[in-house]
Amino acid sequence: MVIETIIVSAVSMGGIAAALAVFLIFADSKLKVKTDPMVDKLTDMLPGTNCGGCGVPGCSAFAEALIKGEMSPGGCVAGGEDVVNEIAALLGVDAGSKSRMLAVVLCKGGSAEAVQKATYRGEVNCTAADISGGGKGCVYGCLGLGECVDACDFGAMGMDDNGLPVVFYDKCVGCGACAKACPRDIIEMHPEEHKLFVYCKNKDKGPKAKKVCTVACIACSLCAKDCEVEGAIAMQSNIAVIEYGPDPLGGDAIKRCPTKCILFDVEKDVTKERFEAAQKGAVLKTG
Amino acid sequence: MVKLLMIFISASLINNFVLTYFLGICPFIGVSNKTENALNMGFATTFVMTLTAAVTWPIYHYILVKFNVPYLEYVSFIIVIASLVQFVEMYVKKSSPSLYKALGIFLPLITTNCAILGLALFMVLRDYGFLESIVFGFATGVGFTLALVMMSGIREELEFADVPKVFQGASITFLVAGLMALAFMGFAGLIRG
Repeated sequence: MVIETIIVSAVSMGGIAAALAVFLIFADSKLKVKTDPMVDKLTDMLPGTNCGGCGVPGCSAFAEALIKGEMSPGGCVAGGEDVVNEIAALLGVDAGSKSRMLAVVLCKGGSAEAVQKATYRGEVNCTAADISGGGKGCVYGCLGLGECVDACDFGAMGMDDNGLPVVFYDKCVGCGACAKACPRDIIEMHPEEHKLFVYCKNKDKGPKAKKVCTVACIACSLCAKDCEVEGAIAMQSNIAVIEYGPDPLGGDAIKRCPTKCILFDVEKDVTKERFEAAQKGAVLKTG
Repeated sequence: MVKLLMIFISASLINNFVLTYFLGICPFIGVSNKTENALNMGFATTFVMTLTAAVTWPIYHYILVKFNVPYLEYVSFIIVIASLVQFVEMYVKKSSPSLYKALGIFLPLITTNCAILGLALFMVLRDYGFLESIVFGFATGVGFTLALVMMSGIREELEFADVPKVFQGASITFLVAGLMALAFMGFAGLIRG
């Protein structure tokens, strides 16, 4: 009886499935769409991460744009140089070289530096925390809940012991997903040539900013005076803003900063390997 | 004839799948931001629903009941729906690539639209005949399209409305959906019994 049931079930389901399969095979041959084989070939060459860093939705859309000539191969930020050159060679066009973009987290006020005014106990994501104001006294700073880390498809970000996100210099492809995810616009995309950054977004006046964070920009304008390129740094709504021009900016501007919120060439210090080693060290220390 | 009409009105208005049973909420929220897309999604779903009713009815009555294996209804209905959606996808890809792009992921997701499985199961539960099932399937699709198009119309207006920050996006959409469901309760008195 049991065997019979099994056989009947299997045969009837198999029969239905087979009939539908035949119908679909027939429909497929009738309704086949001829796609440009070049699009498929290019899509295979692209990283296939559909990160959207190039500005069009997904890798296959980028491949179509490439063929139409709307985009240059260099537009693919995630692929890296090899992929771009390969595609450029295949299409016989100029690679459209573009300097590497990197994500920079412009806040250094972690749990050690920023004053906690409350304990945030809501939904653990930055967008929700931003609506209620979060736990930190500074309403411009990093909320430290890692929405940017979640947004990263390339494993190029992590949260450090201080509750701040770090970008791994060796892994970041510059797609900008983290910058979009941050509700406070703390993460910015910059070409690799930019080395000098003001790591603060606090728009409050000096004394007020200083009260909530030890590494806040107090708009003292010492960096603007020290900077070798005149006029490259200006004070705008109580923070120092760097205008990146054609002249490369050196490290002079950071010399006299009283809160050390302007830093030079620190971005490439963090690689994934080093970060993980540091994390392990920390675990050992606390354990 | 009267019974068919009753089934039609009942399935499309009074017992609207989306607004009364809350089936198929995913495309209802997902593809209702533009009226044009909502209409096309509605048509695609209506097509799949009607075909599903037409195909699953004979399968249930002539195969599953005959061989005394009615417990296979879930599995067999699912494969029928899945292959019909495959078929619709091929057809849309061939006939209108722009619609194919606009519907995007929601087209293959018709497979997992619970309104369609719900339709097939209700059809069996209520003991509908073949013709009644087809009318039921079609009417459900019409009701689904109606809900989607109405929702998209409201959402297009909402774009210009001054919505408070906390209500923006999904929240206001859910509120609107709830209010629409309340309004549809008004149809409950349309047919007795």
